[in-house]
Amino acid sequence: MKLRINPIMCDGHGMCAELLPELIRLDDWGYPIIDVAEVPAELEALARRAADACPTLAVLLDDD
Amino acid sequence: VASTRRVSAVVVNGSETEPASRKDRLLLSRLPHLVLDGAALAAGAVGAREVVIKLGDDQPEAVAALNGAASVRHDGRVSFEVVAGPAGYVSGEESAVVNFLNGGPALPTFVPPRPFERGYRRRPTMLCNPETAAQIALVARFGDRWYRTLGTDADPGSALVTITGAVRAPGVYELAFGTPMTDLIAAAGGATEPLRALLVGGYFGTWVDAERALRLRLAREDLGSLGCSLGSGVLIALGESSCGLHESARVMDWLAAESSGQCGPCVHGLRAIADSLTMLADGRGARDDRDRVLRWAAEVRGRGACHHPDGAARFVESVVDVFSAEIGDHRNGVCRAAPAGLPLAHGAMVRR
Repeated sequence: MKLRINPIMCDGHGMCAELLPELIRLDDWGYPIIDVAEVPAELEALARRAADACPTLAVLLDDD
Repeated sequence: VASTRRVSAVVVNGSETEPASRKDRLLLSRLPHLVLDGAALAAGAVGAREVVIKLGDDQPEAVAALNGAASVRHDGRVSFEVVAGPAGYVSGEESAVVNFLNGGPALPTFVPPRPFERGYRRRPTMLCNPETAAQIALVARFGDRWYRTLGTDADPGSALVTITGAVRAPGVYELAFGTPMTDLIAAAGGATEPLRALLVGGYFGTWVDAERALRLRLAREDLGSLGCSLGSGVLIALGESSCGLHESARVMDWLAAESSGQCGPCVHGLRAIADSLTMLADGRGARDDRDRVLRWAAEVRGRGACHHPDGAARFVESVVDVFSAEIGDHRNGVCRAAPAGLPLAHGAMVRR
């Protein structure tokens, strides 16, 4: 599973970094930075939660 | 399935929104039939029946030349349409071109799907620039052997290079790949003064120390060895009497303003980088401004819908690399330069 952000949709609410700090950190303006796009199996459930929680539906998960 | 996947159109992207670049305008206004020949051949090869030529609405001469040329053509089943649109920097980006042709704003879209997957009329679309179309036409007319009489094995043929800045005869020059950089400068009438640096590839390109740059040839291999590429085909020579830091701060400020305003990292990151670079150029920079600029540049990379932040990051990293001595001098209140006035297009900018 791969993690992506749609940067046009993203408004920097920061929910994703709150729920998935293992994979997502925020830049100086509160927009998400993903250093490793590949989601480890043990984090898949949390990644889905982060995607569902995004108010602008900007967190995308691509199944391999 | 095969028929729905057929390429619907060839789009020639003649937007040429790079401020210093003049090669596409030159081709489209002086040799419109050569460009249309190549586009029609490309359309025939991929089974498309439509050729759309997209230009900026700041190019009335090219629009008139193309409309005139298109009206007298008989290319079988291939039809031509000339469309002028907004001329802002990012409106020339391929997804922005397709978005505009589909009736939307001339702003980049989130990809994939890329235009070759879903583009004009939401069908697979082939995009090329006018120079590529012209090259296709020339190969078809004179053959591949003729084409290879210029250039190197790795880079056959020639390129159109817009050479400007501290040269006696700025303009568009056709030069064979493999030509030494010193000959490029000589082709443009020679330098007007000793050179400090060359900006290779326009404002998405990289600054290179003049001494290193002038040892290269116009070839991918040579340019790649210094981490640069010909990009938009723009070469700007900066004379020793100019200040690369001040000029770059102006360019960076312009790049920040040209963001389409859609993606947070680009909007905030480029503005912050530009402001810090201006502080450094004005000698008001903090000691850590340089490191902050480099961190922001690394962070904005790959985080926009289009490559605008990537290009700006590449540009500013080369500024810090090539003009590091100037950054130190400016902190100590020393700047020996006069403004060079690099060209910036302040025309119609796209805003959300």
